[in-house]
Amino acid sequence: MRRTVRPVLALCAVSLSLAVAGCGSSAVPAATTAAGAQAATGGSLAGQSLTVYSGQHQQTVQVLVKDFESRTGVKVQLRSGDEAELANQIMQEGKASPADVFYAENPPALTNLEERGLLAPVDTKTLQTVSASDSSAKSDWVGVSARTAAFVFNTDKMSASSAPSSVRDLAGAAWKGKLGIAPSETDFAPIITRMIATDGQAAAKTWLEGLKANAKVYNSNEDLVAAVNRGEVAGGVIDHYYWYRLRDEQGAGKIHSALHYFTPGDPGALVDVSGAAVLSASKHQSAAQAWLAYLTSTPAQTIIATSQSYEYPLAAGVQNTKVAQPLAQVGTVASPGELGDGKQALQLLQDAGLL
Amino acid sequence: MPPWRAPRTLPTLPLLVTVVIAVVASPLVFIVVQAGQSGWAEAQRLLGRPLIATLLWHTASLAVVVTLGAVTLGFAAAYLVERTDLPARRWWTVVLAMPLAVPEFVHGYSWVSLFPQVQGYWGAVLVMTSSLYPLVFLPVAATLRRFDASAEEVARSLGHGRWVTLWRVTVPLTRPALAGGALLVSLYLLGEYGAFAMLRYTTFATAIFTEYQLGFDAASASLLTLVLCALALFLVTLDARAGRRGRLVRQGATARPGPPIALGRWKAPALVGVTALTATALGVPLFALGYWLLRGSSTTLPPASILGAATTTLGYALTAAAVATAAAVPVALYSWRRDNRLARAAERTAYLTRALPGIAIALSIVFFAVRYAQPLYQQPPLLVGGYVILFFPLALTAVRASLAQVPPGIEEVARSLGTRPLAVLLRVTMPLIVPGLGAAAAMVALTASTELTATLLLCPTGTQTLATQFWAYTTGMAYGAAAPYAALMVALSAPAVLLLTRRTLGPHRIGDAT
Repeated sequence: MRRTVRPVLALCAVSLSLAVAGCGSSAVPAATTAAGAQAATGGSLAGQSLTVYSGQHQQTVQVLVKDFESRTGVKVQLRSGDEAELANQIMQEGKASPADVFYAENPPALTNLEERGLLAPVDTKTLQTVSASDSSAKSDWVGVSARTAAFVFNTDKMSASSAPSSVRDLAGAAWKGKLGIAPSETDFAPIITRMIATDGQAAAKTWLEGLKANAKVYNSNEDLVAAVNRGEVAGGVIDHYYWYRLRDEQGAGKIHSALHYFTPGDPGALVDVSGAAVLSASKHQSAAQAWLAYLTSTPAQTIIATSQSYEYPLAAGVQNTKVAQPLAQVGTVASPGELGDGKQALQLLQDAGLL
Repeated sequence: MPPWRAPRTLPTLPLLVTVVIAVVASPLVFIVVQAGQSGWAEAQRLLGRPLIATLLWHTASLAVVVTLGAVTLGFAAAYLVERTDLPARRWWTVVLAMPLAVPEFVHGYSWVSLFPQVQGYWGAVLVMTSSLYPLVFLPVAATLRRFDASAEEVARSLGHGRWVTLWRVTVPLTRPALAGGALLVSLYLLGEYGAFAMLRYTTFATAIFTEYQLGFDAASASLLTLVLCALALFLVTLDARAGRRGRLVRQGATARPGPPIALGRWKAPALVGVTALTATALGVPLFALGYWLLRGSSTTLPPASILGAATTTLGYALTAAAVATAAAVPVALYSWRRDNRLARAAERTAYLTRALPGIAIALSIVFFAVRYAQPLYQQPPLLVGGYVILFFPLALTAVRASLAQVPPGIEEVARSLGTRPLAVLLRVTMPLIVPGLGAAAAMVALTASTELTATLLLCPTGTQTLATQFWAYTTGMAYGAAAPYAALMVALSAPAVLLLTRRTLGPHRIGDAT
């Protein structure tokens, strides 16, 4: 019962114009929802406009935007770009930012804005649709989806049984010349952050130096997964969805690689969330909060789960049917507090000469 | 004989120059201010880390080798099409300039997608040399086409062989063009991000981007950018020395072209050479584009938005071209006539931005715009402004080159006949440099239509250009879906290269009548 009611509530919370049609068919009275409360005080969101800076996969976000627009009547101006560029842009814009919402790929992008006091608290109802550990501890942003770090290996060069169970193994001599890494990717630093937390600063540094000695350095996960697939290196650490996207692009027949997951609990078995936040300077707070509520609602989570993003939805009851490994088997979501702003990891990468 | 005795300039000119330079140099102010925020201890740590030495070495060795390669190839190609009896020279001229129509990041990806082993240092040398040599080829060909054959003939009549004449007479006469082209090539190398990212080669520009990306820290990124500024300043100063010593002005009103040099038994090797160069610089990217279009399984029919993106791209590129060219005219005129501190400072400053990574410039424009031009922020005029700041050096180079072709006495003659300075400018000087203005505009339009970083930050929310769409698909690994956008970028740029070639080179060519 809980599994069905909560998403319906969430849906109602955002879809004001749809409240009549959508919720009318359900048994939940509209007046008991946040949307109902909002309708009573502020009226419909229809006709409002919203500017969303998004660092997430553009094709998926466009589908989400269209769906949100048709449900609420809010007009969304979407600005798609690299999450880091957009976060830097918001920092420069400060209070004058035209952005109402920032939708990021990784927690550090959001945490950096949070530390500068640029984010507004997320509606409690929205935060409740995902597990508390998926969102900012200060309630300044909400987790929307997750992805996991994984080991991709070339199936002609090695077998799954010889794949490493821990990311720590990759610094060993056995991997010399066989490994690829993309240390400048925003997904790589969180692994180091976790390693610092579990093994300590010195051990993390030694590990990075080992990686540096073993690995070929790539500029992006796209390059790395393609290099593994064609056998340039035997394996590398990527976010799992890059492999799925490569498979889509090249066709399953051209795939000479497979994913292997590190043992749950390992620093490499990192499940990382994407999140969204409302900017404190936004002049469209209610529409912005509605967008966040929408992102965590069942319809949006279903779109995410079935899109080419290959990400895990975070709302209870929505399953990803496109990714082989269920989220529960991969590991627990790294809490944003644990990942912090990534500054320590950055410094280690710099000191090791990888950046 | 002081041909540069400055006539009384229009009083507004220095003012105009100051305004243009202040705008173009504004990113430098931002970078200095931001860099200052990191504090001395942090600055020492950041500049003292192991990577900095590697970056300096990478960036410097690449700049030296690629610039030498581009100068050699550019000069050789220009010499062959302008001074020899190479078959189908008209055709070769266009084809040799065409790699300019392919954005560097498309060049980079073309190679990497077809030949994964092309990467690292030699990959970067190969890709950057073959995509940047036209920046030398065009100005050198323009100079060769216009210059008087008598100097070469004198050398030959004194009994010097063809090679000696080439080395002792022809090369020195083209030195301003060579120096200008070399400067553009080396500045491009300092600032280029996309191609090096594709080729897995770390330079200052890629490291600066990473700094923004992982550190979310404009202060430390700006510190690295300052180092890049210093490198650029060094190059600009070097160019001023190399280029000025050979400052060449056509003295007579008409140059007498000499007969084309017969290649004889060198004809076959020369043809093989230009064919190999074309295959490398143009054939590979075109083949790769075709390959993506056919092969990528994400290829679907390009959505209707591709037309919108193309129109938007074209509109911005043309507007930026017009504004940048207009802004370059006063600066070029002033530095052409005057050799004072303002003229030199203006020119050198104008070039610095060319070497900075797009993201540093784009963020600085964000910084200034939200403070001082809020209503324009993320509106079309601001994106145009961003392009003008980014590509002003290209316009300035082209306008300056065309001014070098104006006989110096001609303005004085006009003025001695009682014509007022402004009228002299409008009726005598401007008509003479119009072809140069066309070249400047084409160059800016070409580069602006493929710009990525600044476009992502400055374009009006919701609008898309071909480059931003290409980026969106490649980061999603949908190379097939990205291909139509890249192909359209190249197709739109081709006419600009054609125009650029014709405008830069002008109508005369030796042996054309035969």
